[in-house]
Amino acid sequence: MNKPAAHLETAIVEQDTHPMADLLRMDRMPHIWCSGCGLGTGLTCFIMALKETGIPEDKVAVVSGIGCTGRVAGYLNLDSFHTTHGRGIPFATGLALANPDLRVVVYSGDGDLVAIGGNHFIHSARRNMDLMVVCVNNFTYGMTGGQAGPTTPISAKASTAPYGSYDYPFNIPYLAIASGATYVARWTSLHMRRLKNSMREALPKKGFRVIEIICPCPTAFARKNRLGSGLDLMKHYHDNSIIKHGADPREADIDMNGKVVCGTFLDIERPTFRDFQTENIAKQLGGE
Amino acid sequence: MGEERRVLTGEHFLTGDHACAEGGMAAGCMFFGGYPITPSTEIAERMSLRLPEVGGIFIQMEDEMASMNSILGAAWGGWKSMTCTSGPGFSLMMENLGLGIVLETPTVLVNIQRGGPSTGLPTLSGQADMMQAKWGSHGDYEIIALAPNSPQEIFDHTIKAFNLAEQYRTPVLVMSDESVGHMTEKVIIPPREELKLVPRNYTKKKPGEYLPFECGEDEIPEMVKAGDGYKIHITGLTHDKRGYPDISAEAQDWMVRHLMNKIQKNKKKIIEVERINMDDAEVVVVSYGISSRVAHRGMDLARKTGVKVGMLRLITVWPFPDYMIKELAERVKAFVTVELNFGQIALEVERYVAGKAKCYLVPHAGGDVHKPEDIAEAIKEAAK
Ligand SMILES: Cc1ncc(C[n+]2csc(CCOP(=O)(O)OP(=O)(O)O)c2C)c(N)n1
Ligand code: SF4
Ligand SMILES: [Mg+2]
Repeated sequence: MNKPAAHLETAIVEQDTHPMADLLRMDRMPHIWCSGCGLGTGLTCFIMALKETGIPEDKVAVVSGIGCTGRVAGYLNLDSFHTTHGRGIPFATGLALANPDLRVVVYSGDGDLVAIGGNHFIHSARRNMDLMVVCVNNFTYGMTGGQAGPTTPISAKASTAPYGSYDYPFNIPYLAIASGATYVARWTSLHMRRLKNSMREALPKKGFRVIEIICPCPTAFARKNRLGSGLDLMKHYHDNSIIKHGADPREADIDMNGKVVCGTFLDIERPTFRDFQTENIAKQLGGE
Repeated sequence: MGEERRVLTGEHFLTGDHACAEGGMAAGCMFFGGYPITPSTEIAERMSLRLPEVGGIFIQMEDEMASMNSILGAAWGGWKSMTCTSGPGFSLMMENLGLGIVLETPTVLVNIQRGGPSTGLPTLSGQADMMQAKWGSHGDYEIIALAPNSPQEIFDHTIKAFNLAEQYRTPVLVMSDESVGHMTEKVIIPPREELKLVPRNYTKKKPGEYLPFECGEDEIPEMVKAGDGYKIHITGLTHDKRGYPDISAEAQDWMVRHLMNKIQKNKKKIIEVERINMDDAEVVVVSYGISSRVAHRGMDLARKTGVKVGMLRLITVWPFPDYMIKELAERVKAFVTVELNFGQIALEVERYVAGKAKCYLVPHAGGDVHKPEDIAEAIKEAAK
């Protein structure tokens, strides 16, 4: 191996702790994510948001399914659970119900949450379960090499759609709202401040909260669609985004060349699954 | 409302399904995540009525993948949890039964077996999921499965299943059947203080010292729950003692051996059987669940004709009492396995008899139970 130049050696020594080392499992670094991947910036926002909320670290649990995004659970230095593909939400449901002191976050990919886990997603939204769901949408199955998925835009190429993907993608904010979620936002991974603020806002709330992050996957998605590097793609998503709080989610479809509508689509309150348990059922049993 | 409603001490007439639910209640279950399916639904129904009385939660999930995952999550949240299902739902639970095994999660899954394959016989009995119980999720592992043969036993065995789950930090199966689930018999629920319950084996180690998969000679790791400051990471990937993924043949060898050894090394403590008329037996009937009750009658009929026949009733089906079969094979003439399938446990019997005695099977496709006369005939044939 080549010896690094003397000034670089000093630089390495001086930077021996990562500024977020307390919330990352540094003994698991380096991580597996590609350079140019947007997952890291999203995770940075999450850690910053968590710190700003002041919620004790011991009282936050993160549950992931399987995929590149699913690896988030393994890098966060919190109680963290890496479950099976698509099943983060039901696992988190049991965890959150058994331990009401916990803030439970499900952090996973688009394929995980709205393809194989789609049924769990809509039913958990319907119940208004106390879960915050971060859905990283890179329009593909990153981990398995770029197959088409439930969010792949019409005409985009994928390893299983060599002629382009020709089935309609889900519009995640619309799906979440139609199913009963109470907080729904979308940002790109370059909207770091706004994404962080959104996460900070959603973390302490009750009910089913969904934050979609539009995230570049240079390796699996961009390459097949000749969209350039991770940075190019990040800029592309950012520059083509329009921020419109309270936008009609029906207008939030994403196609290959159109705009990406970002912002907070919904922020309301309605009784949660737990509220019904503690109030309605307890009342009938003669409790409070 | 409160804990005073937990144990319904007294003499009751209960169906097996309701007795199972009461067993879960008595064992300290706080969480039930399930999806309705005949003939197990009455367990879920009873739990939906009973759990709120003690401050627990019943949730009807959207499917059996979700049900199985929800009970794993609840266990890591600090609650005792269970689910129930039958054939088609059991198939859907296999994915995350595997997760439960790899995460070494204490929980209980009850299968009130019906006739299969596929939708099969929703309202009629079967015992053809016994090998699925052992091998149904992909990969190599060991499992604990009990086979109650009466409403009283399904009450007792559900408590036992909760205890084994805590003792061995693993999901435990109660492999009952429609006949037991739907029959009504006397069930005695003992006073609360007489119940022997195994509490969760929470570690005394401090955060930083505790590793979720570290264990001693007995191969059984200690537990924690989320929210207690341990900042655990657990994954369904092959992992090391810290719970961190380790994708290597070495880690795989350690982890899979550990999962197998945890049960195999302790099997003499886990396994329970009932021996009936075994002192002079030359022919041994091997049976379990509802079939063991019919086989008992078959044995009595054969005894009346002078055949020296006894029965080894399996209370624990998995791990399989291989050492008992091997020992018996040295001194008896024949084994007759009676089960509602075409030879699942019979294959295990044959495997351990290893040619040292004759092996017979009284098969049945399910949908009904055996005729005692057919069993008696098989015993007589075996005794020849
Ligand atoms: C039951 C099951 N089916 C398929 C897979 C293979 N698999 C692993 S990750 C993945 C897709 C991940 O896509 P996504 O959720 O979008 O996450 P990303 O990698 O893009 O972050 C698939 C299909 C699996 N692990 N389990
Ligand atoms: S494959 Fe795509 S999503 Fe996965 S790490 Fe690489 S860039 Fe990120
Ligand atoms: Mg994806």
